[in-house]
Amino acid sequence: MTSKVHLDHAHLLHLLKAMIRIRRFEAKCVELYQAQEILGFLHLYDGEEAVSVGVIEALTPQDAIIATYREHGQALARGVDPGCLMAEMMGKLNGCCRGRGGSMHFFDRSHRFYGGNAIVGGGLPLALGVALADKMQGRSSVTACFFGEGAVDEGEFHETLNLAKLWRLPILFVCENNRYSMGMAVERAEADIDFVHKASGYRIAGEKVDGMDVVAVESAAKNAVDRVRSDSEPYFLECQTYRFRAHSMFDAQLYRSKDEVEEWRKKGPILRFRTWLEANRLIKAEELSTIEEAVEKEIAAAVAFAAAGGLEPVSEIDRFVTMEAIPS
Amino acid sequence: MSAPQTNPTATRITYREACKQALREALLADSRVFLMGEDIGRYGGCYAVTKGLLKEFGEERIRDTPLSESAFVGAGVGAAMAGMRPIVEIMTVNFSLLALDQILNNAVTIPHMSGGQFAIPLVIRMATGGGRRVAAQHSRSLEGWYAHIPGLRILTPATVEDARFMLKGALADPNPVIIFEHVMLYNMESDLSSDVTEVDIARAMTHRPGRDVSLITYGGSLSKALQAADALAADGIEAEVIDLRVLRPLDTKAILESVSKTRRCVIIDEGWRSGSISAEIGMRIVEEAFFELDAPLRRVCSREVPIPYAAHLEDACLPQTATIVAAARELVRPT
Repeated sequence: MTSKVHLDHAHLLHLLKAMIRIRRFEAKCVELYQAQEILGFLHLYDGEEAVSVGVIEALTPQDAIIATYREHGQALARGVDPGCLMAEMMGKLNGCCRGRGGSMHFFDRSHRFYGGNAIVGGGLPLALGVALADKMQGRSSVTACFFGEGAVDEGEFHETLNLAKLWRLPILFVCENNRYSMGMAVERAEADIDFVHKASGYRIAGEKVDGMDVVAVESAAKNAVDRVRSDSEPYFLECQTYRFRAHSMFDAQLYRSKDEVEEWRKKGPILRFRTWLEANRLIKAEELSTIEEAVEKEIAAAVAFAAAGGLEPVSEIDRFVTMEAIPS
Repeated sequence: MSAPQTNPTATRITYREACKQALREALLADSRVFLMGEDIGRYGGCYAVTKGLLKEFGEERIRDTPLSESAFVGAGVGAAMAGMRPIVEIMTVNFSLLALDQILNNAVTIPHMSGGQFAIPLVIRMATGGGRRVAAQHSRSLEGWYAHIPGLRILTPATVEDARFMLKGALADPNPVIIFEHVMLYNMESDLSSDVTEVDIARAMTHRPGRDVSLITYGGSLSKALQAADALAADGIEAEVIDLRVLRPLDTKAILESVSKTRRCVIIDEGWRSGSISAEIGMRIVEEAFFELDAPLRRVCSREVPIPYAAHLEDACLPQTATIVAAARELVRPT
């Protein structure tokens, strides 16, 4: 069973816009960070946009998402309101988590977005539970579990893959292999850098996909999600990608060369897709500027929404340490 | 201890059986409840608490897990976030360290950090404590560590009644609850009155009133404190025995009321002394009732070593009736 990606004109423009939206949103975050409106850690997704856009295109609203601390792209692609996300980063009460989580901890119950998790590997066991709950309650949902290749070093990765297969849980494991866990190159951290091979050690089927090619990711993800849903079995997608910027906002990048970064930039997902669209006369200059204007407008509105937000009163700081009821 | 009283409406059951009845009742009452843990199914539970449940409820709801504490505790967290009511058994508190990331970084953090979008109605049961000659890696008492963590409710059933009914309260709580069952209690037998159908999971309980000294304890040390009170009574010293029952949130009011009456206090805690729940209790007394005290506070805790295997060494490490008696006597009648 193969579901084809419908590469009609509108869809192609939609994919391009989705990636540009993430890129511009984060460019605005950088400005706000420099202005000290955003504090703490800020892990940018710059270069990896095709992964979340491609994978999330394959999901339905009933499906669930578990993400990492580099989750701006997933949240935006999922359709979480950018105003709430920007407000969250600015520590405002109108943020998606009242300003309590910040950049690394977006949650949105209404979009089945189960976080932003800043413990590497910590989200993987949650995916087991969400998928198990869906299965036990008779829902045909898929849980998409995003993690970096650094999470593969953690025991929780191995425990989770084993249990997912053993219990036949509908989880799409999305390994965002950006080649570095902070400064640790994948070859220096892993005795075997073939992650699909590792998944096969748990008898989980999977494939590698060019994570810089949004259409390739979407196509692979659609097939994978269909398979996970119909077979109620986990599947493993290794998306080979690259982070153009520092691990968080600043690092000296002693662990990689400038040339290497430049080489990867040439393969950037937005540049590559846009160039391909232009070469094939699939996009007009005015269509591109329409996209860019719409994105700029949306982000300006998000910033305005965030700037207008108030701060959570300190008197409410104890709220939700313990819950009074289970939210419905 | 005093002889059991005959009660026509009571049945005599073990603590283990009480735990099992509680689980069975929970599984019957709510289809969202299911159990996960190591050897809880076919093996019947390493302390035989879950024996028979697999046959009655099937593999979907009585889930044997591989030895992957972090994954199955995290699965409990995720399942609780997505509408289920999981009860996770960790064989012993010693192994819970392998799941500490999921308990601390996810279960107790997500409700607050998500701005109240998610509750984690998860119950974790685990055995705790020493006395079984199984050496350091199987004998720790770390419930005091867990009581450090905001967002958790920590229950320490010390009686058959609490073993039977605390689970119901824990499942009704929309927050993560850890139930610590002391390993030496599973074989304890006691009357369970049919009049009792629930217990609170908020307050301490006075097991024996007294005016001379408060013995404040919980879990596996309760029976030792009661024996100590018997021995002290023979000496003319009336000890009040308080079972904390809940280590978080602590029933500070009950502690202060008792100490304000007796003016002397011994805290008995199987955890290590430094940075312990006994230290917290002592400090609350000092903060709130310092001028009620007629004597310094005393503690009987585990010796600060890894618990050894040899019987005489292990006994020397754990709180014992004799050491409790000595500490109380020293406070009431200093030599």
